[in-house]
Amino acid sequence: MNYNLSNLKELEAEAIHIIREVAAEFENPVMLYSIGKDSSVMVRLAEKAFAPGKVPFPLMHIDSKWKFKEMVEFRDHYAKENNWDLIVEYNKEGFEQGIGPFTHGSKVHTDVMKTQALLAALDKYGFDAAFGGARRDEEKSRAKERIFSFRNEFHQWDPKNQRPELWSIYNTKVHKGESIRVFPISNWTELDIWNYIRLENIPIVPLYFAKKRPIVNWNGALILVDDDRMPKDIAEKAEMQMVRFRTLGCYPLTGAVESEATTIEEIVEEMMTVTVSERTTRVIDFDQDGSMEEKKKEGYF
Amino acid sequence: MTKNIDIQQFLDADQKKGLLRILTAGSVDDGKSTLIGRLLFDSKKLYDDQLATLERDSKRIGHAGEDIDYALLLDGLKAEREQGITIDVAYRYFSTNKRKFIIADTPGHEQYTRNMVTGASTASLAIILIDARKGVITQTKRHTFLVSLLGIKHVVVAVNKMDLKDYSQEVFNSIVEEYKNFSSTLDIPDIHYFPISALKGDNVVDESKNMPWYKGRTLLSFLENVQVSSDRNFDDMRYPVQIVNRPNIHFRGFAATVASGIVRQGAEVMSIPSGQKSRIKEIVTYDGNLDEAFPPQSVTITLEDEIDASRGDMFVYPDNVPTISQKLEAMLVWMDEKEMDKEMQFFIKHANNSTRAFVTHIDYRVDVNTLEQSNIDHFKLNDIGKVQITTNKPLFFDPYKKNKITGSFILIDPITNNTAAVGMIIGKSKDADSRTITAKGRLHKVANTEEAQNKYQELKLKGRTVVRLDKAALKSKFTELPNEEVTKGFVELLLGEGVDVVK
Ligand SMILES: Nc1nc2c(ncn2[C@@H]2O[C@H](COP(=O)(O)OP(=O)(O)OP(=O)(O)O)[C@@H](O)[C@H]2O)c(=O)[nH]1
Ligand SMILES: [Mg+2]
Repeated sequence: MNYNLSNLKELEAEAIHIIREVAAEFENPVMLYSIGKDSSVMVRLAEKAFAPGKVPFPLMHIDSKWKFKEMVEFRDHYAKENNWDLIVEYNKEGFEQGIGPFTHGSKVHTDVMKTQALLAALDKYGFDAAFGGARRDEEKSRAKERIFSFRNEFHQWDPKNQRPELWSIYNTKVHKGESIRVFPISNWTELDIWNYIRLENIPIVPLYFAKKRPIVNWNGALILVDDDRMPKDIAEKAEMQMVRFRTLGCYPLTGAVESEATTIEEIVEEMMTVTVSERTTRVIDFDQDGSMEEKKKEGYF
Repeated sequence: MTKNIDIQQFLDADQKKGLLRILTAGSVDDGKSTLIGRLLFDSKKLYDDQLATLERDSKRIGHAGEDIDYALLLDGLKAEREQGITIDVAYRYFSTNKRKFIIADTPGHEQYTRNMVTGASTASLAIILIDARKGVITQTKRHTFLVSLLGIKHVVVAVNKMDLKDYSQEVFNSIVEEYKNFSSTLDIPDIHYFPISALKGDNVVDESKNMPWYKGRTLLSFLENVQVSSDRNFDDMRYPVQIVNRPNIHFRGFAATVASGIVRQGAEVMSIPSGQKSRIKEIVTYDGNLDEAFPPQSVTITLEDEIDASRGDMFVYPDNVPTISQKLEAMLVWMDEKEMDKEMQFFIKHANNSTRAFVTHIDYRVDVNTLEQSNIDHFKLNDIGKVQITTNKPLFFDPYKKNKITGSFILIDPITNNTAAVGMIIGKSKDADSRTITAKGRLHKVANTEEAQNKYQELKLKGRTVVRLDKAALKSKFTELPNEEVTKGFVELLLGEGVDVVK
């Protein structure tokens, strides 16, 4: 008998340990579900952690109201099919004021419809721990974050004063109002995620696969015309293009890449030959140097 | 179509590659971040947009003169980029055809030693950098000592900035000698030496043209091929229950990550501390049942009999039991800016167990420069020393040297909730078998009600269990004051139970 775990199985075991630890130590945890591929993997890991039982905490999706239509359809379909305990929250005030990327820019939109909506929802339910599907290989400031990442009562992250985190012993102590963000797939890379989705047959939003879609070139990014909220003068220029998405978010802020890849194998093949990182397709990271760190300090995931 | 098959083969191979966790350590500015940046750069693990940013940032905020400042790839926090130093550990991921690597880039500044220790706890190999101009200095020794303390068995000494010393063989040799002398007293079985320039790239990924006298491998080629003895213990079965999984009345499973040893379906197990025995009925996972489970798998077991075990209890084989004790001795690393308060009753977290703990005695502090021991009465940030600890309930442990998982713990400050210290268990305290199982409580004499009130508050805040037996407190509880004899007996009883008394 060979007692070696493959690296993917080792990452899986680590994630399960982390997810169980949260269930054991916190009174009111929640799993943030973004509908993206990383979230899909994280949800599967939670199912594995408690099998044959049910996942003992809810999933929560913060809907910015500007997500791709296909994402919302996917979310509702799988929540129903798998009997998830799914909470959907959005910033009602922001929505009624018509806040959105086209009219208010990416910064205001992200702050009001994503960060503020998230913080309000966390306060509303009084969650003391929230899982996120972030990976350390995504971005420089994420590479610095602990797996159990402490947030003060204002949900702020203090990168210069993180708790030491040794071995697999996690400090889960918080005072009332404070909380912990937990990242069970911190140590996974983009390739690990694709490989796991392939091996485990995890369903993902079809937008990840290439298809002919109506696309406009807007501010240097390939943007999908997903609904009629896109200003007419921009939408008019749409042309059918074979594209896919490497990350998913708000449709006006998420650029597509030209691609022919219709299977995971083809995606991986393209990945190995592409020369730009996955976050380049996210418009929000480009605002300023250290913009992710700033957003994280304010409570963004 | 054929292409897809190639990719499938690639993906199958990729997920099966071994994973090597590495740490870089050494003094400030020795070039740790630069080295990792160089590894990523030369092994082409960077995307064009990252390169463009790197080139732009190097000109704007770099600390490498005309050269590209590879450290900017690692130092991801604003404060780090501005000051050109690493403050907290960063993790980077890359893989070659042979292996996957997780590299923890740790800070060299003494002030941030605790962040270095964080990175070291999960690594099985450490790269210790030495600036060729400076040779072995205090921080080199400190980090080497920590690396040996944390049980890392493989060390790579990279003598860096050889470009600034004319790539001199003499310089390299004398540093190697110096390091050998100093490290011979430490418990590091496997040490290798490399002359490199992280900035210029010599002997990192590509062989150096500047050091023809060096005949060994490049650093990357070594890392790809080095045999790393397993940190895992496959001999002593330890299964510390993490959660009890009880979805319905028909299923009662004990979920855990196997800490060590092999868990076998059908084997007889004993639950500690209850001593109850049963057999493993099933090893359950989402992907089906297993015959065996081994570290670090996370599984769920069910038993033949109804056994009452909960989180923190441990399943073991009856003929191989860990030490069970409320008293242990350990090497402690103090992690908190707040100095140690000897009165403080900490939370101890160990193998899914948590309880209260006192540091009852500090045997000595180690001076990491000279490795000499000295007496101190409390710890300050980054102090390391040997201590005696008493816990409120028994822990089930093994020496850290034998078992990293059942041999390690953290101490949490009950007021701030910070991780105040981390410890590596040596064994049971020498006097552990004496009758005083719980640490005795302390009697605090006070002069008046106000003092009693203050003392009580102060002790409570330190997480202690306290009872007030001063006049005012007694009056509020009894219509008639109990006589001295009765109170005295009561006080003794409380102290014996580890309760503090304010009187
Ligand atoms: N000439 C020369 N300079 C180097 C070499 N390696 C690193 N440096 C320079 O040394 C300085 C410090 O490098 P870093 O990589 O930031 O050092 P570090 O060890 O990560 O520092 P801390 O993380 O703050 O402890 C930078 O200006 C580098 O460009 C080398 O091989 N040769
Ligand atoms: Mg550094």
